[in-house]
Amino acid sequence: MTARVFISRDSGALCVGADEVAPALSKAADKRGLDVTIVRTGSRGMYWLEPTIEVERPEGRIGYGPVKSADIDSLLDADMLEGGKHPFSLGLIEDIPFFKRQTRLTFARCGIIDPRSLEDYKAHGGYKGLEKALAVGPEAIVEEVMNSGLRGRGGAGFPTGIKWRTVAQTPPQQKYIVCNADEGDSGTFADRMIMEGDPLVLIEGMTIAGIAVGATYGYVYTRSEYPHAVEAMEIAIRRAREGGMLGSKVAGSKYAFDMEVRVGAGAYVCGEETSLLESLEGKRGEVRAKPPLPAHVGLFGKPTVINNVLSLASVPIIMSDGATYYCDFGMGRSRGTMPIQLAGNIKHGGLFETAFGMSLGELVDDIGGGTRTGRQVRAVQVGGPLGAYFPRALFDTPFDYEAFTARDGLIGHGGIVVFDDTVNMARQARFAMEFCAIESCGKCTPCRIGSARGVELVDKIMADEDRAANITVLEDLCNTMKFGSLCALGGFTPYPVMSALTHFPEDFGASPKRLQAAE
Amino acid sequence: MPRYEPWSAKRASTIIAAHKHREGAALPILHALQHAFGCVPEGAIPIVAEALNLSRAEIYGTVTFYHDFRNEPPGRRVLKLCRAESCQAAGGDALAARAEEKLGVKMGETTADARVTLEPVYCLGLCHSSPAALLDHDRVFGMLDEAKLDALLKEAQA
Repeated sequence: MTARVFISRDSGALCVGADEVAPALSKAADKRGLDVTIVRTGSRGMYWLEPTIEVERPEGRIGYGPVKSADIDSLLDADMLEGGKHPFSLGLIEDIPFFKRQTRLTFARCGIIDPRSLEDYKAHGGYKGLEKALAVGPEAIVEEVMNSGLRGRGGAGFPTGIKWRTVAQTPPQQKYIVCNADEGDSGTFADRMIMEGDPLVLIEGMTIAGIAVGATYGYVYTRSEYPHAVEAMEIAIRRAREGGMLGSKVAGSKYAFDMEVRVGAGAYVCGEETSLLESLEGKRGEVRAKPPLPAHVGLFGKPTVINNVLSLASVPIIMSDGATYYCDFGMGRSRGTMPIQLAGNIKHGGLFETAFGMSLGELVDDIGGGTRTGRQVRAVQVGGPLGAYFPRALFDTPFDYEAFTARDGLIGHGGIVVFDDTVNMARQARFAMEFCAIESCGKCTPCRIGSARGVELVDKIMADEDRAANITVLEDLCNTMKFGSLCALGGFTPYPVMSALTHFPEDFGASPKRLQAAE
Repeated sequence: MPRYEPWSAKRASTIIAAHKHREGAALPILHALQHAFGCVPEGAIPIVAEALNLSRAEIYGTVTFYHDFRNEPPGRRVLKLCRAESCQAAGGDALAARAEEKLGVKMGETTADARVTLEPVYCLGLCHSSPAALLDHDRVFGMLDEAKLDALLKEAQA
């Protein structure tokens, strides 16, 4: 009997040695005359357990991890292929609390299927959304996406259905679907996981979008820092094309849709949608002023739907299971699920997809298990380099767009970076300004000049030069950047800076000498 | 291990011709040129400009906008250490300083023997396993500590 085992080929597994474990297992099995088929999957998102070997058993998949190639012999000695006990046993993978507590809608197949197989995708419910979309037609698709309450998962949270309707209402002409896969925020990796672990769901989502708005071509714009995602997407697009799911007659229908991957060149600002469009056109990634909206004048001046990976990847399940099903998850105006990414100094680093509404503290302390160093969590940055730093005092904030906004923060793309009590928050504020200065496209003055001045100001504050006066100038500068910048890079850099200053004032040069002088 | 071709205008024209028909061809062309030559040499700019019917200034502006494009080839191996927040939180700053010291270069520089170019990168999307690094085009490393970094540096210098 052939034993089927699963080992992830996600970058997160490769970076801790999965590509050594897989051949070592196959070699050891050969030597023992064991018949083993190794399927390379995406990731379940439990990265602290990688590399994980999952063995298919009648009761489900039994996990072992984290495994090194040197452990293979002892695992085989312990009858791993029959689900035998071993110190690395994790039991049934889907019973691990981190996994069991999730609501996996967008990531339902991630870590389970072979991302390079169209058959496997279809066998696990893939292309059911497209089938439904073809049956109901463009107007009903837009209606369904509107009713689902889906909001842009890239960060801004703009209703996806409204973007689609705007493009659908433009006169028939060349239109485009652009997937923003320029996931540059530190602390985020959900887009990468989808592209590497379930790329066909993104292709299906883009195809449905194309049919809905009358677009025949799509681009996935991703990062040069994501070589494995690029490869996985390109293979999946080829498979979809070979299987008749892309091309002049999508799934044998009257609709045409095809797509390709484009790779950026290391510019963070290209994650901003208009800058991304400029980059796709082959230009400097400078931000465009809005209006006109990309929905009217987008890529090459044509009407363009531009959505994040997670937004597009959520569309197939909305179509197959219905807007109501999706909308029933979540709270307030934040509907559906959000893949939350736990990162930084965290014990259980990984992706946790759940309905909106779980508290920040529960996510960090309970799900994430606190810090990897075992020290006290002092601050978390939510929403990437442009997100606010939250202290423990705000850990009761529910994970929801509006709740974070109300506390001068943002959930952005759903990344949470955890810092222990060794962090210096003034340095983090300085870094936020420095990062903005490095990555500014240079088009607007508040961002281009403001960020450079911001670095100097924080330096002066940390060096105790005219501290009180410079803090006032820094606050003023942040205000100018927030309201005067063209896009979110300059506009949101004040979030990490101001939150650090507000919640951790003691880190801003308040030396003992200074404190005494102040008293 | 990357080996780059010596600059040749003729070869550059062939590479450009393979991509120039694509919509918004500039980035794919520049990537392909860098893949072949290890950089986008100055001599390539007028050729790209002519092929795309754009001005030299426009192509120069595009090339210099993006962090990825180099004007001279890097060392034999390129090691990128992630310097973004998640890796900072997990001890990345100390590792970056260690790498600089062991290689005897600053971030962005190449060792005197031209073996290793050390560069910062702002996020490899491996933040669940910070600190992270990328060697050459696609070899990823996570959960770095001093011992793992030292092994990585040794490999890069070999």
